[in-house]
Amino acid sequence: MSDDDRRRVEPPESVAGAPFWDASRASRLDLPWCARCGRPHWYPREVCPFCLCDELEWRPASGRGTVYALTVLPRAAQSVLADRVPYVVALVELDEGVRLMTNLVGDRALGAEVGDAVRVTWEPLSDGRHLPLFEVAEP
Amino acid sequence: MVREALADAGLSLGDVDAVFAATGGAFMHSMELAEYLGLQPSWTDTTQTGGSSFEVLVEHAVAAIALGHVDVAIVTYAATPKSSFKRGGPGFGQRRLPDLVTPGSEWEQPYGLRMPLGAYALAASRHQALFGTTPAQLAQIAVSTRAWAVRNPRARLQNPITIDDVLASPIEASPLHKLDCCLMTDGAGAVVLTSAERARDLRAAPVYVLGTGSCHTHSIISQMPDLTVTAGAVSGPRAYEMAGLGPADVDVAELYDSFTITVLLALEDLGFCPKGEGGAFVGDGRLGPGGALPTNTNGGGLAYTHPGMYGIFLLVEAVRQLRGEAGPRQVEGAEVAVAHGCGGVLSSTSTVVLGTEATR
Repeated sequence: MSDDDRRRVEPPESVAGAPFWDASRASRLDLPWCARCGRPHWYPREVCPFCLCDELEWRPASGRGTVYALTVLPRAAQSVLADRVPYVVALVELDEGVRLMTNLVGDRALGAEVGDAVRVTWEPLSDGRHLPLFEVAEP
Repeated sequence: MVREALADAGLSLGDVDAVFAATGGAFMHSMELAEYLGLQPSWTDTTQTGGSSFEVLVEHAVAAIALGHVDVAIVTYAATPKSSFKRGGPGFGQRRLPDLVTPGSEWEQPYGLRMPLGAYALAASRHQALFGTTPAQLAQIAVSTRAWAVRNPRARLQNPITIDDVLASPIEASPLHKLDCCLMTDGAGAVVLTSAERARDLRAAPVYVLGTGSCHTHSIISQMPDLTVTAGAVSGPRAYEMAGLGPADVDVAELYDSFTITVLLALEDLGFCPKGEGGAFVGDGRLGPGGALPTNTNGGGLAYTHPGMYGIFLLVEAVRQLRGEAGPRQVEGAEVAVAHGCGGVLSSTSTVVLGTEATR
């Protein structure tokens, strides 16, 4: 995929986020966990935001969560997203307890509600990384 | 604005020894501002917490004056985002997409949320889901605010509106409609602070800072601890405690209204009603002219002005109300006012309780 095929404003890659993006190449959702206090955190940092320990372990997440909040955008925030309107931006709380921003996609995205169960799906980026999106899980 | 504020106080530029400013964009902006005005201040503060900056700056100025470090402080803001945008410039906010690697650019920007609007829409969706708050209840806030703007000849929008008008305006980011959103204008404001002792001899009847409180909880919306509880739940009680007052004592509320949901959350977090009951609380026009809690009496960011950040105007309107200078929109007998700023994406709040001589 070339730059011209980009369908998003693609995310930069921070030092702290690199292990996440590496795992995304294999469509695997990994989270950083603190080796000392045992808690996961999001977004990835170079230290645990609960105890400032810098010993972090990356572990695969379940990829399941629930919708915490959501909004439907009838107009695109960025021109590159113009062909996707209306689209859904959501905050999803993963079963592991962290909350992240995402898009809800799939047939049931526009009818989604706060509290709905969702599961991760992946959209390829131009450099081999993947962006985590979520779709409403079957009831 | 600085000239007008100093003239109003009966002071001159030479009396000013402290500059408090939070403009967008410029690096070292208090130095640029002071140089432009011909000032050489011995105290400066450029704390930037978005729309709440000006309440934070008042808090800092009050502390500096109380410690004797500062005699006369100016707090000021000016911006022309509307003109900038019309000229094809960057305007204000997310139109200037950062090239930097930031948590926002890495973990939020790819998802195409309109900012800051979308963040507030997420909070509104959560509030609706948890508490049953309706779009019509949010719309009522815009309707009551507009009723005040009708009485402010300087307000940008002066025609009355109904709940149906709000609900018929286009959805910008569900559940928020166009008329749930603040304006984009040019604008400027300034306030002058000094000690109560010095103020006694000045031209204008002073308004007193009775209490201040500030808090911020996050920078980007996905990091907000609870999307239905703002930092106002901390800054409000801190300000009330310092003032020795509570929400029942407030005659006029100036609550940052970037969006209708911003006001709803502030009403709850500042204790005007219990958490989750903001929708019912505003439902009877309580915030409008003649209502039990006159709120955003100049027409607010929704209808008066909103030049990127609105916090300075909360203070200016509170002072005008407490001095009895608000003309057709004057709240009779106003003795205690609250100016409550909210900045970022519900990220930062700062609460200033103000009062007349009688409240000291």
